[in-house]
Parts: sequence; structure tokens; C-alpha cells
Amino acid sequence: MKFDKPRSLGEALSILADAELEPHLLAGGTDLLVEIDTGRTAPPHVVDIWGIPELHGIQREAEGVRIGSLTTCTELYRDARTPDILRDAAWEVGAEQIRNRATIGGNLGTASPAADLTPVLFALGATVRLCARRGDRDLSARQFITGYRSNALRPSELIHSVWIPDRPDDERRAFRKVGTRRAQSISKLVVAVAFRIEGEVVIACRGGAGSVAPRTIDLPVLTREILGRRCTPERIAHAARMSAALDCAPVDDVRSTALYRREVFARVLVDLLSR
Amino acid sequence: MRHVGNRVARPEGPAKVEGRAVYVDDIPRAKDEWVGGTLRSPVAHGKLRCIERGDFDFSRVVVVTAEDIPGDNVQALIVDDQPILCADTVRHVEEPIALVAAPDQGTLCAALDALEPRIDPLEPVFDAERSQDVQSEISIDKGDVDATFEGATRIVEGEYHTDSQEQLYIETQGMIADPPTADGTITVRGSLQCPHYVQKALRRAFAVPPEKARVVQCETGGGFGGKEDYPSVVACHAALLAHASGHRVRMVYDRNEDLLATPKRHPSRVRHRTVVADDGTLLAMDIDVLLDGGAYTTLSPVVLSRGVIHAAGAYRCDNIRIRGRVVGTNHVPYGAFRGFGAPQVCFAIERQMDRIAASLGIHPVVIRQRNMLRLGDRTATSQLLKESVGSEEVLRRILAHTGFDRHEWRKERSGNKRRGVGLSFFYHGAGFTGSGEEMLKGKVTVELDDDGCALVRAGSTEIGQGKNAMFTAIAADALGAEPDAITIVDPDTAAVPDSGPTVASRTCMIVGGCLDKACRTLADRVGGDPNTPFRERASAFVRGGGDAVATETYGSPPGLQWDQNAYRGDAYPVFGWAADVAEVEVDLTTFDVEIVRFVTCVDVGHAIQPQIVEGQIEGGTLQSIGWSHIEVMTAENGRFRQDRLATCIIPTSLDTPPIDVLLVEEPFSNGPFGAKGVGELPMDGGAPAIASAIEDAIGVHVTHVPATPERLLEAWLEAHPDDAFFEAKR
Ligand SMILES: Cc1cc2nc3c(=O)[nH]c(=O)nc-3n(C[C@H](O)[C@H](O)[C@H](O)COP(=O)(O)OP(=O)(O)OC[C@H]3O[C@@H](n4cnc5c(N)ncnc54)[C@H](O)[C@@H]3O)c2cc1C
Repeated sequence: MKFDKPRSLGEALSILADAELEPHLLAGGTDLLVEIDTGRTAPPHVVDIWGIPELHGIQREAEGVRIGSLTTCTELYRDARTPDILRDAAWEVGAEQIRNRATIGGNLGTASPAADLTPVLFALGATVRLCARRGDRDLSARQFITGYRSNALRPSELIHSVWIPDRPDDERRAFRKVGTRRAQSISKLVVAVAFRIEGEVVIACRGGAGSVAPRTIDLPVLTREILGRRCTPERIAHAARMSAALDCAPVDDVRSTALYRREVFARVLVDLLSR
Repeated sequence: MRHVGNRVARPEGPAKVEGRAVYVDDIPRAKDEWVGGTLRSPVAHGKLRCIERGDFDFSRVVVVTAEDIPGDNVQALIVDDQPILCADTVRHVEEPIALVAAPDQGTLCAALDALEPRIDPLEPVFDAERSQDVQSEISIDKGDVDATFEGATRIVEGEYHTDSQEQLYIETQGMIADPPTADGTITVRGSLQCPHYVQKALRRAFAVPPEKARVVQCETGGGFGGKEDYPSVVACHAALLAHASGHRVRMVYDRNEDLLATPKRHPSRVRHRTVVADDGTLLAMDIDVLLDGGAYTTLSPVVLSRGVIHAAGAYRCDNIRIRGRVVGTNHVPYGAFRGFGAPQVCFAIERQMDRIAASLGIHPVVIRQRNMLRLGDRTATSQLLKESVGSEEVLRRILAHTGFDRHEWRKERSGNKRRGVGLSFFYHGAGFTGSGEEMLKGKVTVELDDDGCALVRAGSTEIGQGKNAMFTAIAADALGAEPDAITIVDPDTAAVPDSGPTVASRTCMIVGGCLDKACRTLADRVGGDPNTPFRERASAFVRGGGDAVATETYGSPPGLQWDQNAYRGDAYPVFGWAADVAEVEVDLTTFDVEIVRFVTCVDVGHAIQPQIVEGQIEGGTLQSIGWSHIEVMTAENGRFRQDRLATCIIPTSLDTPPIDVLLVEEPFSNGPFGAKGVGELPMDGGAPAIASAIEDAIGVHVTHVPATPERLLEAWLEAHPDDAFFEAKR
């Protein structure tokens, strides 16, 4: 196995651009090392990006915050600039030791359907910045995730950062993770929503969910069923049912059942939208 | 008594806390040491045709198959049905087929990859109800059940299920075997509970006398029953590889292999039919117990025995019929796990008692008070309870502490988070069943050295439960010595007598009792002025040529009688008694159950080391809490699905409620300082107490553990179809 540890972004991008073997980026390693250990991945070339200063840290920008891809869950949770539901999600990842290593870039990189941060990025309308020697590009988080454990990243690219637009004052946000226990648990389902109500009418609504489909999903049916409507209990219940029926495609697996996931997804959604 | 009842330092404690303790995998590798691995069956049932050798230079490794076993190809335990290596018919997934030893891990993996067992599949049986293969059957009959049913006006019926559970000791299975010495002695050292069980297995596999099969216990990172029988398998495998290769061979399972291949708690189905009087008095109990034993008999008959004896619960009834069966399936053999059959039947009877109470509209406390066994009563096996019966006291104390008798059980509650409280009341026989101890005749030797220090020799193992401190306290007080004069010799079959396995809540009561007597014998011999420190006196005694060795062999208390055929008589020397109260909060959005508070009151006879006893009770209770609603362990086509720590879920500290432990001490005349068994008892009552609390909270009758959110949601929606977003597809 070839191993590189670049000390700057430029160096890293050169390594990636010139790589002959398929390079695997190593951030906190909390996914990659497990995959290597279980034999799921046997990377011929590992590039440890932990030492790249440009990828660490959270910065205020004109109309949002930029979160470096190597920002850990602990850092996300501790930083007041992190939007509340992202902090909530970061707090519920793994346990202390994992949170000290698990990064936001890694969460996107793995593109696991059970990722906890990614659905929040969907709900917040976040943008992912990808860097390569040839140039940068920005994709919405939604576009970045392309399927079951797959994303839009090209071999020569790395995730530079995540940009989250400033939140309107009247936005309501809610997050809920349903796990197998109270810590160190992978989601049976996870839901995030951000919405706005003017008068009684919903004027904006965006959602994200995990572990209810082969990939992290946004919730277009929820948005369609509730946008421009009066936010009554009946409407919320209807929208939640429709979203559970049409946005979700849950399965039975070792953690839960499809029946539970669909039903509880709807119940959680009602709860989040009624807060 | 100065040390019994007061805190004694745990001899092994500092090294464990500071990370210096050396477990099997930590022992430095010998220069020419090899590593061993196991080729296992991918299917649950089939005819083994051959083992094909693929592209690999097999001269670099040593392969052992059934033909290479010098003695019998039998995993010696109770029934000779389990081979050490499969020779013919594969009966469960992960069954060992061949062994490989290699100079290093990489070579080992490559060799294992190149071996391919060719197996013609046979139809497997996974449903215990459908199995024709009865591994063991036990009946208990008391009074006239049929006549009582005939005239009955009130019959309550119930069926209860419990799923399997993984022990999840922190240290996985591991053994190191040395090649036979010139005189043919085989030595294995490893993580284990019962050195003399391992010795028995090695003797059979190698056809050698006991002194040629030496077993040494390493520091052991937990067992909970999981290291009762299975270490014998690993030991035979490692020893066969050492024998064949001429190298020291180490086999340490990784977590995946350990989860997939080693025994777990028996799944159960228990049916109750109970005749009750209008005031709740139990008139007749008809109980049917079914356990899934898995592919080989292993310890199942003994697990069934304990299960059947405890099936009627801690209640008095003149007419009892219990039919118990453990059947063979193509599951990985189920085995020993703390409680050993009792948690399954305790769940069933305690749920049945709640069901009876509900059907009569009386309080769960009242039904238990009305029927509980008291001093002078007779159990299901007609055992007369002559002493040390804490039943009334544990219930009185827990009610005083919790006020549960004033709680309105199953009152309609509202809100999205619903609280409920539940009670369980139970007992657990301490020590081996029936004449087990009498047959085993466990021995302890205590020896004084020139310095007046006592060496305690017994095969009993320290597996984290505090045996060393407990022995130290007993020996110190029985000798009149200070703890620093006492050394507990580490178990090594070449150096300690067989005091019996470290199982069945017996080590304190039985082995500690022998230790107490041996020490008193020595103290009498040493004599002298008690104001002179013991070491001085003992040293003078030994230097003066006194007889410095005392061996004590266990003898049952006088008057105990057991009829193994009729399953009648004194099933245990004594029982521990306990009651649990659990308070839960159920979230009606997700059906997550939070245990808000847990109180347990336990009659332990006498707490030799109160802090350790409380630790045992908290730990056992937490395992029971986990089993009640979190720990899912299920097999699919005979293969456990929860095969990694990411999926084999046990409670974390955040899932652990505050646990109040109340101790009751009703001394047992034949236990050391009045002590009786406590190791398993705390595993019995948590699940039914929590199930009862869930029922109280949301009105759903919980008959199956673990009561996962998935199961609770389904039960809730069945009772409240209007609350469902989607129709359940059934
Ligand atoms: C015990 C345990 C508990 C866990 N609990 C949770 C949980 O509760 N919730 C949850 O969501 N996840 C959980 N995880 C999964 C994991 O911690 C998260 O997905 C984490 O965010 C991964 O980050 P990392 O930095 O460790 O990723 P790594 O393992 O370093 O990388 C993961 C993948 O992303 C790629 N990658 C990493 N950084 C970049 C980058 N900057 N650009 C491009 N590609 C990149 C890597 O090449 C790799 O393919 C858990 C894992 C463990 C081991």
C-alpha cells in the first residue's frame, strides 16, 4: 500500500492529479479503517489529509458559514456558528472518541445511507465545494450524494468544505435520530427539516432523511404536500404520510424493519413539524 | 469478622485498572510461535464430502482434520455427540471442519482461503417447535393437576417467548497451546472459567491421563457462562495444532468469529395454564417449557434442568405439572449464560402472574403476596424451605423503598411519553442442582509456608467477579490473619485441586465454604494466643514441623435428598430471593423505552464483600435490562445476524439507569459466614419487571423479549389501528 501525507492543499491536489493507483483519502479514519479491517476495501494508495491546514476550521462568510471538510463532530458541536440542527446531529454521532475523529467530509465521502450529518446538510440546503488541481466546483449536498455509498467525487478531487447559507430568523428547524440505543448507535432512521411559516402558511420547507432508503434522501413529496398550505395538524399528518409512502423506500435489515421505519418516519415527521 | 463484610483490596485489581493485566493476546510471542485458525462450515446442514485444496503451498503450514486426532473425536462434556472437527455431517453454520497453523497471520489467512469444504446440503431445521430431535426431557409432577383443572372455574393461559442473548465478554475466546513435552504432557493456557472441564476435554482428545493435560487460566476478561464450555473447544483445537506442528500455537478469535461461532443463551417458549381461585390463590399450574438447544447437546440438559425447576417461580402451589424439552436444531449450539435457563422461565412466570392479576383485577403485589413461598413451604419439587428464606423481607423492603403497592398499575395514561412501573419477584437456586455437588466433591487446599502465609489452592477462577477478594476475606477471617498473609494461587491444574467449575453461583457458597473450613482447621492446628499476629504463630508452627496443609472436600448439608428420576426433593442447598421494580418511559413516537429507575432488593445470605456483591447485582441487572428491550440476537438460516459490535447491541452507560441495590441478609447455616449464591440471581428479574412496566405505561401485554421498539410498535398498532399511518402488511 502506498501512503502519502501531504502538508498543504496544493501538495494533496498534485498527489491526486498524478496518482496512478486509485487513491483513497483518509480523514478521521472512522469509516475507512473499519472498511479496511473488515476487508470491504483494500486501498492500494492512501492519502492522509489530516495534516492539511486549509481543510480544518469553520469560517464566517458574507452569507453563510464555510465548514472545512476536516471539521470533526466535536468541533461542529462546540462551535456556536454551527447551525443548531447540525450541532444536534454532530452530538449524536457515535460516542466521544468517534466524535473527536469523525469529520463532516468523511460523512459525505462515505455516502452511507445511515449518515447522520448528511440529511441535515440536505435540509439546510448546503453546498459542497470540491477541489482539484484543475479547479474547484460547487455542488449542492443533494447533488453530491448520487446513490448507495456513492457520490459525485472524481478521483482527482477532494472535498474542500461545506457551505451553509445563513438562516432566516423565522426558520424552524428540527432533527431527530432514532437509533438502537442512546449512544454509539447507527440510525434506524434519521430526519431533519427546516421550514418557515408565515401566518399559518408554510412558505419554505426542506427536508433530509437517512436509513429510510438506499441513500440519504431529500423529501420532495413532503415539500410538495406542505408548501403553500395552512399548517394544520391534518395537513401535517397527510404530508407526513405521503412523504413516508413516496419519499421513503425502507428495507428490513439487522437494525430494524421496513414497517417500523416507514411508520416511525411519519410519526417523527409529525412531531418535528408540530414543534 | 473483620474482613468479611468490609472492603478487601482485589489482588488483581490494580493491574487491570492500570492496563498492565496480561490477557491471552498480550502474552509476548515465543520465538517460533505459530498462529492457529479454523476452517468452518458455511452451511447449517450437509454431508461433508471433502476439503478441496486450492492454489497454495501447503508445505508452509500444518492442516489438521478429524483423522489427525490422537484420541476420540469427541468434545467431551455431557453427551458424546459433538465432534472436535466435523468428519461427516455438518450440523451448524460455523462448525469447525479443519484447523490450520501457520508461522504468521498472513500465511494463515491465505491457507484458510485456499481450503474449500465441499458439502452436499441437507434440509436444515431451525424451528424448535418442529424438531423431532429431543436432546433432553424433564418432568415435574406434584399433586393432582388434572383433577384441579377439571373442576376449575378460572383458568388463565399464556404463552411467552424469549430470544437468544450474547454474553459479550470483553475479551474474546483465546488459547495458547504448547507442543507435547518429551513425556507427552500437553499444556494449554487461556481465557476460561473451568480449567478442569478443559482438562477433561483434552484428556479425551489426546487419550492421556489427567497429569498429562495441564490447563492454566490466564487473566480472563469476562465469561458470563460463555467461557464455561467453549474454551474446551478452542483448547482442543490449539492443542491439536501444537501437537501436529511442533510449535507453540496461539488461537485468539476476533470478535466476528467469536460472535458467529460461540454459544449464547437458549431461546425459549413457555406455555402456562393456571387454575386460580377468585382471591388469586394458585390452585394448579401446568407449564410447558421448550428450549432450542442448537446442533449439539453441550450443556443443554443442565440448562433445561434449572429452567424446569424454576419454571413455577417463587410461588406455592400444591398441584404442579412441568414438562420441559430441549430440542436439537441446526443452530449454533446454545450454551451457558448467567442464569442458565432461569431467566427464560422467570420471564414467563412473572408475566403470567401479572396476567392473572389483571384478569382478577387485583394488584401485581397482591397476587405475589398471596402466593409467595415462605419459610416452611414446599417448592415445585416439594423441597421444604427450612432456612434462609428472604422472600417476605425482599418484597417488604422493595415496597417500602418504591411504594409500588400504592401505584395504580395499568391505569389509562395520556401524553406522548408514558411512564409505567413494574415488579418482579423471583428466586434462584444456589449451587449445582440436586446431587451435583455431592457427585463433584469439590476440593480446596490451604497451605501455610515458612513465613506464616497461606496459599489458597482451588480451580475456581477469577473472571472479574471478585473471587480473589472474596476468598481473601474468608481466609483471613477464618484464619484470624490479615489479607496480606493470604495468596490466592492462580488456577493451574498442575497446582490446584478441582474445586469445581466457576458457574452456578457456587464459588462463594460452596468453594468459599470449603475454604472457610480448611482455614479453620489450620487455625486450630496453629493455635496460640490470638493476640499474637497469625503470621508469627503460623510461621513458628510451620518451622516447628507442624502439618501445614489442609484439604477440604465438599459435603452436602445433612438431610438433603434428591430423586433424580422423579425430579423431586431438595433441588438446591438454598435459594437466593429477590424483587425488582422498574420504572420506564415509553416514547409513543418511536417506541423507545427509557429505563428511568431500577430498584432491586436481593437476599444474599451474607455479603462477604458488599461492594463486590453490589457490583454483581448491578451488572447482572444491566444484562437483564439489555435483554429486556435492547439486545437483539437472531439467526437467519442458522447464522447469527449480529456478527459485529456495530450490530450486536448491548446497553451503553447512557442506557443504564440509576440502579438502587438493597441487600437483605438471611444467613444460610451451611454457607461461609452465612453467604449464599448471588452471581446469577440478578439476571432473572429485570426483563419481566421491565415488560410489566411497559405494559403499565402503554397497556400492551408484552409476552416476548426483547421488547424492541419494532415489537412494541406492532403491538401498539394492533391495539390502536386508528393510530397507524400505514396498514401493517402481515
Ligand atoms: C463506532 C462508530 C460509530 C459511528 N457512529 C456514527 C453515527 O452515529 N453517525 C454517523 O453518521 N456516522 C457514524 N459513524 C461513521 C463515521 O464516523 C462517520 O461517517 C464520519 O463522519 C466519517 O468521517 P471520517 O473523517 O472518520 O472519515 P474517513 O473514514 O476518514 O473517510 C470516510 C470516507 O470519506 C472519504 N473522505 C474523507 N474525507 C474526505 C475529503 N475531504 N474529501 C473526499 N473524500 C473524503 C474517504 O476517502 C473515505 O472513503 C461511526 C463510525 C464508528 C466506527
